[in-house]
Amino acid sequence: MTKVIEVSGLSKRFGAVTAVDDVSFTVEENKIYGLLGRNGAGKTTLMQLLTGQDFATSGSIQVFGQSPVENATVLQNISFIKESQRYPEDFKVKHVFRSAPWFFANWDQEFAEQLIADFRLPLDRRIKKLSRGQLSSIGVIVGLASRAPLTFFDEPYLGLDAVARQIFYDRLLADYAEHPRTVILSTHLIDEVANLLEHVLVIDEGRIIIDEDAETLRGSATSVVGTRTAVEAFVADREVLHRDGIGGLASVTIAGLSPAERRDAAAAGLELSPVSLQQLIIRRTNTSEKEFEVSA
Amino acid sequence: MDESRPIFLQIAGQIENDIIAGVMSEETQVPSTNELAAFYRINPATALKGVSLLVDNGILYKKRGIGMFVSTGAQAQLIGTRRDEFAAEFVRPLLTEAAKLGISTEQLTDMIRKEKTS
Repeated sequence: MTKVIEVSGLSKRFGAVTAVDDVSFTVEENKIYGLLGRNGAGKTTLMQLLTGQDFATSGSIQVFGQSPVENATVLQNISFIKESQRYPEDFKVKHVFRSAPWFFANWDQEFAEQLIADFRLPLDRRIKKLSRGQLSSIGVIVGLASRAPLTFFDEPYLGLDAVARQIFYDRLLADYAEHPRTVILSTHLIDEVANLLEHVLVIDEGRIIIDEDAETLRGSATSVVGTRTAVEAFVADREVLHRDGIGGLASVTIAGLSPAERRDAAAAGLELSPVSLQQLIIRRTNTSEKEFEVSA
Repeated sequence: MDESRPIFLQIAGQIENDIIAGVMSEETQVPSTNELAAFYRINPATALKGVSLLVDNGILYKKRGIGMFVSTGAQAQLIGTRRDEFAAEFVRPLLTEAAKLGISTEQLTDMIRKEKTS
């Protein structure tokens, strides 16, 4: 596998705040990555560093084998769609789509026009008259139609309704299948995008806490529910991710189970319930707060 | 898609179900991984993993440059495997639940018969 991004020992400090804290990871070519994490976890800072829009405090970044900072060769292969994208004051929508092809070698005008129709974007309207959702759809269309070898979507759909988000997911998947490229999608809506992702990076307080294949992650946790004694006996030798309980009942999230173990659990009268990617990430990024005192 | 199992297993399972039900007959072409990805709204690599699993098990085979096809004998092979799994996955949990509710094996057999004729 060709590595598109290689990051090693990367840190970014703003005064006393460490936004990215000694991070190392690689991104392989032609995969869809999810960069997930809570607000302020460091997602946007990390993407700004990867796209050469900010300087690292320490550590190294290689994108297409080179440093992205002030590097036209690297940057012309990158499309970075930001939540907070600004456009010139008096621009109309059509001006954005007239200028976008100047920046992207693979720009597909036909695809862009089809997406404009899909999202029902009014071309003659001034940018400042657009709704929040329409503004977001401009970014989404530019990101898709640019077909850049490395595309970043940073919370691309603020204000987009459910229909428009589904259009985005469907067009992304279809176009990615025909024109494979590396996509890094940062979002809070984990459940919506979970099935689109091939690999998941979870960042929390500036550190990468999960760097895992999405399919491996999916089967990696199960909740066991039942009477406290039965549950505790079953999970005794296992790593517990989360505990909850009320009265004599307990619900414990543990690592994934084999079919045989699932049958053992059922035979012991325990109920098993799946843990979605979103729940799993919440559990991993919020463990201390709701940790159940088992010893009590 | 159900959250509790890896998606590639579910994709493989769906194709198996279609073969067992005869919706996809032997020696016919199955949808491409891109078609499966678009239909189930999943990553194409995941769809490929599901299809590859069936190729490894001899259920599907690849015709170079054309696509994936259902192997001859796939239906019988799948029914055989599913029957073996039936006891563990359905009968045993059924007995556990019946025991929990105080239903005797005799009552259970009666219930099955009644259900079948209704």
